[in-house]
Amino acid sequence: MAFLQIADLSATYGRSPVLSGVSLAVEKGEVLSLIGPSGSGKSTLLRVLIGLLPPQAGSVTLAGQRVDYAVPAALRALRGRCAIVFQQYNLFQNMTVLNNVMVAPLKIKRRPRPEVEEEARALLGKVGLSAKLHAHPSELSGGQQQRVAIARALAVKPELLLLDEVTSALDPELVQEVLDIIRLLAQEHMTMIAVSHEMGFVREIATKVALMSEGTVVEIGTPAEIFDAPRSERARAFISKIIRAH
Amino acid sequence: MAGIWQELPRFLTWYNGIFLLNALLNTLLLSIIGCLAGGTIGLSLAIIRCARGRAMAVPRAFAWAFTEFFRRLPPLVVLMLAFFGASVARVDLTLFQVALIGLCLIATASLAEIVRGGIVSVHPNQWDSAAALNFGYLRCVLTVILPQAWRVIIPPAISFMLLFIKDTAFASQLGTLELTYAGKVLTTKGFSAALSYGTVLLLYFALSYALAGLGRRLETSIGIPADR
Repeated sequence: MAFLQIADLSATYGRSPVLSGVSLAVEKGEVLSLIGPSGSGKSTLLRVLIGLLPPQAGSVTLAGQRVDYAVPAALRALRGRCAIVFQQYNLFQNMTVLNNVMVAPLKIKRRPRPEVEEEARALLGKVGLSAKLHAHPSELSGGQQQRVAIARALAVKPELLLLDEVTSALDPELVQEVLDIIRLLAQEHMTMIAVSHEMGFVREIATKVALMSEGTVVEIGTPAEIFDAPRSERARAFISKIIRAH
Repeated sequence: MAGIWQELPRFLTWYNGIFLLNALLNTLLLSIIGCLAGGTIGLSLAIIRCARGRAMAVPRAFAWAFTEFFRRLPPLVVLMLAFFGASVARVDLTLFQVALIGLCLIATASLAEIVRGGIVSVHPNQWDSAAALNFGYLRCVLTVILPQAWRVIIPPAISFMLLFIKDTAFASQLGTLELTYAGKVLTTKGFSAALSYGTVLLLYFALSYALAGLGRRLETSIGIPADR
């Protein structure tokens, strides 16, 4: 069985269905990229996976263990192994950069401060923010905030990293600095599910691409299969639209 | 005006001074204990009211009902409820204690609503981030939400507390010795209303001016500019 196995997953916002029968598998070290038009359920799928939106049906199995989202202990265990980076960074505005990265390992994982601080400084060095340790999020650019958000997610040592359109809210000149970090993580074989509109980047780092539309996975394959030889009509229409836009 | 000057020597006695000081002290105690108890219990009620999940349904409903009920009643009615409630329950309380309970109920309900307003003013994405990082509800509120909500909570809370000092005057209707009651007693002793209530006015002003100053210092310390 794959490291992450999603089977027939469905979810609703109120009464409107937003995910219907999504099935996907992600192997350890793989980078799965979710693409598709706005409102196709890509971000919702990540929110369901991390337990921010309860699924209505279907199952999620992580490392051989089925996740019961209704059981707080199971949810805590899942969130101990997964982390998410949001489109709008969602950094804690009341904390410095360093504290944003340290807070979960310190307060939730209850690890010793010196060790946590050393790791946090190293992570912030990795994302190129050693000079901003004591700055508050409001003093940083969007790109810098997103890099802090990535460092914060990595600080909990996730086995699976969920990236929700992490460059969509950034000015074009800041996109690259964030993509560089993700590229680095991919080279380190971090298992990731990334929702992205950066098609060139998806093609470069994704090992697998899933095209979503109207809450379901329309087509799944390697980047070459999806971008160069889409099988379904919907995939062909979407890819041709993207190619025209670029 | 000349009458007041003639009254002054008779007014400025040691006995009247102690009497007014006692009344001032009681007003201060009613205000401070009311705000402290109201602030603490109100904060707890607001935290309970903002909690989600079925397990919290009953405490949440209680917090909602308590806040909405006492916030909608005139202060005097709440004090009367406390007074008659204590007699019906046959609890042996002094008038001061009854007034204090009534005032605590008023402060709790109002401050609970002010804190709730602060909590809901924090961007929902902060809750999402905290939840995704495995923060429990209380830890999220205490480490992420409240530190950001204080800026929204403190100014109206201070404003409420200044108004609340004036609400303590309703305790005079129960016969509790506080500033307004002292004014009433002094007039019945034959002093002019201008002198008695004028003195009371000055003492109320001094009290709320001092507390307003403390409030401004508190606002400045959490980074809220004094003036735009």
